Amino acid sequence: MRTSFRFLLNGRYTEISEARPDTTLLNWLRQTGGLTGTKEGCAEGDCGACTVVIARADGVGGLNYQQVNSCITFLPVIDGASVTTVEGVAGPDGALHPVQQAVVDCHGAQCGFCTPGFILSLYAGWCQGMEWTEQGIDSLLSGNLCRCTGYGPLVRAGLSLAGAAVPDWETERHAAELAFVNDHADDTQDLQVNHDGQRYDAPASLDRLEQICKDNPEARILAGGTDIGLWVTKQHRDISHFIALGRTQGLNRIDITKTDITIGAAVSHTAARQRLVAYYPGLADMWARFGSAQVRQSATVCGNVANGSPIGDLPPCFLALDGEVVLNHGGQVRRVKLSDFFIDYGQQDRRPGEFIQALSLPKLTENQQLCAYKLSKRFDQDISAVLMAIWADIKDDIIISARIACGGMAAVPKRAFYTEKAITGHNLNSNFSTDQLDRMDADFAPIDDMRASREYRALAAKNLLQKFCLEYRAGPLRLSPVMLSPDMLSQATAGTQRRRGA
Amino acid sequence: MHNIKDQSPFHDSATLYVTGGAHFTDDLIFPTDGVHIALGLSERAHAEIISMDLSAAEAVPGVVCTLTAADIPGCNDASPVFGDDPVFARDIVSYHGQCIFAVVADSAKAARTAAQKAQIVYKDRPAILTIQQALSDNSLLCPPRIMKRGNVQDALAAAPHRLQGSLTVGGQEHFYLEGQAALALPGEGDEMLLHVSTQHPSEVQHKVAGALGTAFNSITVQVRRMGGGFGGKESQANLPAIIAAVAARKTGRAAKLVYDRDEDMRVTGKRHDFLITYEAGFDDQGRILALDVTQALRCGMSFDLSSAIADRAMMHAENAYYIPDIQVTAYLCRTNTPSNTAFRGFGGPQGIIGMERIVDDVASALGLDPLTVRQRNFYADKDSADAGQLTPYRQPVKDGIINALVDELVRMSDYRERRKQIEAGNQDNPPLRRGIALTPVKFGISFNKTMLNQAGALVHIYTDGSVHLNHGGTEMGQGLNIKVAQICADAFGLPVGQIKITATNTGKVPNTSATAASSGSDLNGMATARAAQELKQRISTCLAGLYQDDPAKVRFQDGYVHIGPEALSFAQAASLCWQQRVSLSATGFYATPDIHWDAERFEGSPFYYFAYGAAVSEVVIDSLTGESRLLRADILHDVGNTINPVIDRGQIEGGFIQGMGWLTSEEIVYTSTGKLLTHAPSTYKIPACSDRPGELNIALYNSGGNPAETIHRSKAVGEPPFMLAVSVHNALAHALCGLTGGRPVLNAPATPETILMAASGVIQPGQHS
Repeated sequence: MRTSFRFLLNGRYTEISEARPDTTLLNWLRQTGGLTGTKEGCAEGDCGACTVVIARADGVGGLNYQQVNSCITFLPVIDGASVTTVEGVAGPDGALHPVQQAVVDCHGAQCGFCTPGFILSLYAGWCQGMEWTEQGIDSLLSGNLCRCTGYGPLVRAGLSLAGAAVPDWETERHAAELAFVNDHADDTQDLQVNHDGQRYDAPASLDRLEQICKDNPEARILAGGTDIGLWVTKQHRDISHFIALGRTQGLNRIDITKTDITIGAAVSHTAARQRLVAYYPGLADMWARFGSAQVRQSATVCGNVANGSPIGDLPPCFLALDGEVVLNHGGQVRRVKLSDFFIDYGQQDRRPGEFIQALSLPKLTENQQLCAYKLSKRFDQDISAVLMAIWADIKDDIIISARIACGGMAAVPKRAFYTEKAITGHNLNSNFSTDQLDRMDADFAPIDDMRASREYRALAAKNLLQKFCLEYRAGPLRLSPVMLSPDMLSQATAGTQRRRGA
Repeated sequence: MHNIKDQSPFHDSATLYVTGGAHFTDDLIFPTDGVHIALGLSERAHAEIISMDLSAAEAVPGVVCTLTAADIPGCNDASPVFGDDPVFARDIVSYHGQCIFAVVADSAKAARTAAQKAQIVYKDRPAILTIQQALSDNSLLCPPRIMKRGNVQDALAAAPHRLQGSLTVGGQEHFYLEGQAALALPGEGDEMLLHVSTQHPSEVQHKVAGALGTAFNSITVQVRRMGGGFGGKESQANLPAIIAAVAARKTGRAAKLVYDRDEDMRVTGKRHDFLITYEAGFDDQGRILALDVTQALRCGMSFDLSSAIADRAMMHAENAYYIPDIQVTAYLCRTNTPSNTAFRGFGGPQGIIGMERIVDDVASALGLDPLTVRQRNFYADKDSADAGQLTPYRQPVKDGIINALVDELVRMSDYRERRKQIEAGNQDNPPLRRGIALTPVKFGISFNKTMLNQAGALVHIYTDGSVHLNHGGTEMGQGLNIKVAQICADAFGLPVGQIKITATNTGKVPNTSATAASSGSDLNGMATARAAQELKQRISTCLAGLYQDDPAKVRFQDGYVHIGPEALSFAQAASLCWQQRVSLSATGFYATPDIHWDAERFEGSPFYYFAYGAAVSEVVIDSLTGESRLLRADILHDVGNTINPVIDRGQIEGGFIQGMGWLTSEEIVYTSTGKLLTHAPSTYKIPACSDRPGELNIALYNSGGNPAETIHRSKAVGEPPFMLAVSVHNALAHALCGLTGGRPVLNAPATPETILMAASGVIQPGQHS
């Protein structure tokens, strides 16, 4: 068992054993590491000023470069990774990196406070070899807020990177990162850090994970940490014991059989989205808007279910699919329907010492559709006011059976059983009737908060159901950036050939 | 360097920004024995403090001491003008989030943890939270303010048509990315140096001196840069600076207070939200003959800058339109909410959006294109026979260009044809509907308060020819420093790289005004030019004497000083002057000429000139969900002769998007007990990258320069473009036309909820409590 964690920081080997495990990477960089270039803008992973790049093995011999909000990343989580901060982007002789030069050239920084985060997000895209399209850049920068520029200059900086050459020194840097990661990532030893009365376990095997969870039922299971990070930074909670899933063999897998898809507990949204959108195309719009680039790369699909929030985006989708949670207690595995898993606000069917090992989802058959609608004040990185998922088995335009589930409409993600019944047998060539839509009122007594009123949620949910009908006939009717019809854009720009910000 | 804009350099800190080398207040080297501070905030909107027990907080390991009102040696006040903002609430709390005490500890974490452990017993008092409540309870900061010309009641009665309406306009959180931050370094005796993220170092100096009970000359305030300000660090920076200073004085150690985001959003004031009601009288052509407007603004628990903000809202209530008979009445509502404060536009945006709604209503009533109604009501251009029409506050509009500017924008945006297409498309009642609108901006430039329109600069030339530049303005990302450096470089005929821009410091340039009111480069640029002129004269006189030539013929060009056939490098010239015992350090001072204001009569010529612009926005809404997007915007804006076009374009693009956020996704929500619910970016949504329009065309209007004698005939650009975003809101309302019959009633911000309810004919008062 290892009791210290090690990482590469801007190319320098760093090993730490004497640190409280709930120290955030940001605070360590600024207060201990002497690197003040990385900024705190919100301490909750919503503004991206603290973005750093974390490189890990991609499983096929290369490196995967993640954008990470260092403000909610606990320090031991970066064990085995190569971390780059804004101080480490330029060349060894101080030459600006192409992404830095592009931001300078395009006047992408005014006050400069958000700039380090933007630089690192662009650097992550650069290292991943992304295509520099406007839509790709929007997604890459979805978790970075800027209050000065209006973003245009930063997008232009991104666009200007298409075809730019990789400096020699960067090639050398990546080779050194790969060597470090290969030497340190494939580590079968368990990691345990104890400091200042706080314990952090990162077991390497499933057996050890089962044992540690069983023996420590009070411990907090940590996956992506995009929620638990806030318990520390915002609520100042003292968590005595973390059990981290990130290093456990076998949890970072997606298994696809003829009938089912199983998503392991450590699978991120980015990884899941890449594989699963082909099977559930109706989730593409929702998943593109889920969280931000940073959140999608850290947060896990299972974590979105495990935290039991009434406003998580994936639980309604999985409820509509009638998915199952795979729970493990000391090696004993049981499967629970998602509809049974959510009991009440803050209460799920998970026993002490038990952890979610995976989610299991049925594939769609030929006549089945799954469709998700996300409503929020802002398109990117906003918690939904309403999330509606509709699964339907449709034959000859008639709904043979349907499952509807909503987030934001009750204390838990919840099915709409009355409405499902009311629309069964409906021919989608006609709109739903008011009577059918009004069954939503029997299913839900929506919540009322700063995101939306009860009245709005109730009305919008009915309209979304109607939209399902309209889209069945007319194709997508969405304004989200990834779905906005080219027609709509070309009409707006008809008669001119000017480019954005020309 | 024939034209100053030809250099058009990058932001002076650009390379530092992208490498992480730019130091903000929290990045400065801090002594290892320095202390950190966290605030203890009120959990009630309005209550007596019955008792406060801080012993549990003081017992937390690492805590050095706590601070309350009793620890302030001097004056317990952080207010900019009126003396009504206690640093620490003593007996009464007046808003949820008001500062009551502070914890000083070895680490920020210990301080924050300890601050949560205070035991405070409150006795609630009735709280007034909303504008409506304040109006019905007559809870006003001062008697209503009135601006009028003619007899509006008679004119309304005589008008062929009349209409009434109302509009609520939400507030706005500044959301500068860098929170409020102050660092105090105690010196010997009563001296103290503070590094503060503030737009107003002189005011911080005065307030800190007041709180410590020392003279101003003991306190030095330095500002290298802010991570955004937008008005939110004009008066709001006083509080953290005072508390850091009090902690430093009490402990004898360096002390730092950096608000975390939630503290920042709970403690500080925001843009004022408004309730605007109006009655307009107009003729068949849409000419507005009479207008009666009432503006009620939520000021919060104290004045802060609210009276000046209300004045500016009133002075922009007619925007770019000449209205013969007009009355504007402002109610400054006192509420138990944070004291609202300056924010880019300073009341102007709220005044202007009210007027643009009125014009749309008139057009709707007559079945006219709103653009036509706008054009029929514009102030006359400067070259027209009617030039010099008076504003309601009796300032002649001598520099009008709005007619010509809008004509050009209509052409470049193809507005008329696109409007036709959009209205045809909406006829079929599709679920996704489009809308388009053109709105103008006329914005008065100068501080409303005449005395504030002054600035100083300090320029040193060293004997190696390098130049040290200092001025009273502060850099918050707007590019003020690079513009002033360009002005200085241009004066000396030097490359801009030879000018060192140094941190704003009250010890170098004293008695400064806030960097606000878009005035930074107008004022500080001119003061710098004067300092440079003084130095050039001294150098010219000295060298002309040495070379026996006419001082008037000495030229500063291309890094050289030319005297007849001789050309000395600037360094040689400086060195020679030093040898001749000529002072190479000079101050410059500038006071804006020709402005005056009579606050009692509400009339005068408070503005040196007006800045103009206009925008066309096209939007699409989803009538089933209320979601919307800005598809395209075309902007034509007047910056006079630009000093730095890339900086100016940056202000226009960024200001426009910030304005779009104010009117769409940014919603401030309080609970019914006055607790702010939207106190972090998870709940308060400023525009993100993908919210910018698919197409954004920005052009600088070719005006031939500012008719007023400003520095290089440029125009201020910080605030005016913000209001171009009113076009987005009017376009959203246009998209709703025809859905509900009658005029669409769309309040701001136009969140999906506001839009859906308006589309459904449900008037949404908004969630603003």
